[in-house]
Amino acid sequence: METLAMHISNGIIDGPVAAIFAALALAALTVCVLRGRRDLDDRLAPMAGLVAAFIFAVQMLNFPIFTAGVSGHLLGGALAAILVGPWVGALCVAVVLVVQALIFGDGGVAMLGLNITNMALLGTAAAYVLIAVLLRVLPRTRAGLAVTAFVAATLSVVVASQGFVLEYWLGGTTDLGNNLTGLAGTMAGVHLLIGIGEGLITATTVLTVAKVRPDLVYALRSLRTPAAPAVPVAGGAR
Amino acid sequence: MKNRSWAFLAGGLLVALLLAGVVSNYASSHPDGLDSSLLKGCTVDADDNIVGGSCPAQQARDHELADSPLADYGVRGVRNSFVSTGLSGVLGVLVTFAIGAGGFWLLRRRGTTPTDGTDPTDGTNPTDDTTPTSDDVRRRADAAS
Repeated sequence: METLAMHISNGIIDGPVAAIFAALALAALTVCVLRGRRDLDDRLAPMAGLVAAFIFAVQMLNFPIFTAGVSGHLLGGALAAILVGPWVGALCVAVVLVVQALIFGDGGVAMLGLNITNMALLGTAAAYVLIAVLLRVLPRTRAGLAVTAFVAATLSVVVASQGFVLEYWLGGTTDLGNNLTGLAGTMAGVHLLIGIGEGLITATTVLTVAKVRPDLVYALRSLRTPAAPAVPVAGGAR
Repeated sequence: MKNRSWAFLAGGLLVALLLAGVVSNYASSHPDGLDSSLLKGCTVDADDNIVGGSCPAQQARDHELADSPLADYGVRGVRNSFVSTGLSGVLGVLVTFAIGAGGFWLLRRRGTTPTDGTDPTDGTNPTDDTTPTSDDVRRRADAAS
């Protein structure tokens, strides 16, 4: 089996740019640790471990998309943001990416900062902004929650894919000439289709958890309480 | 932690283990969204090896840890690919859970009740009658223990 996860391999982005993003990712993850600690209590900590393990499992499940010969899999940022909040959620995805790079040879170790930036940070942040807005706007029903999860997950994948395009613009190892917009378009199109899969998986999982243990869904606790504290929102909109 | 939380955790882990241990063998083996985008400009054969053209994917180099015993989601030495993929998935889920749960447990706030302070209006939700809210259920769960 080839290395199939949607992670940047060594050699695709040059060393200096990869190093800069490694430093950026480390700084951002430190902020996530500091802010995430406020959310992490005796109940959320094991739940967050479960979210990371679940994302690892589902990332192995490449599904075909409706163009010939292309697959995709869950990134998990939206799922994590809904279930355990944006700060801890980003850390969950980062844990998965580190395990994949260091144990499973998936995504170059030198590229880890780039992959964390796109999937753990950008994907989760974009998802949480959308979740914060949609949960307030949409009706407080299961359908509202499903639509929130689906839309946030779908668009977060497209945002993450454009993170790669930015990185490629800065440090791509092949000169695309003026064709960077071509890469951006290809990436956006493919990842919109992958995002639909991400949206379906995320909505299904979130609805299941919300049915069994609604008290374990972070976004419902923080965003659906009347006069909710401003902290999580300000955090999401960062 | 309460019994219900343990049950949820165990159930969730079981689902993850089944997905990674069994369902993973039915995953699509086509190149993913990123790889396929980077292959644009190249022609590939039936096994997705590059046979011509020019594209970003040609710059890809080997992984630093390509010789890892679990590289590429297989267990080295296990010949049956179903078992190899499944076993690597199971190990991955367990390792990820151990690192995640262990790390988050060490980072958690201590000396506070599970009803966290970030949620001061917790449970006072009289205007919302469309759904049983999370707060109500949580309060019940907390009260039950």
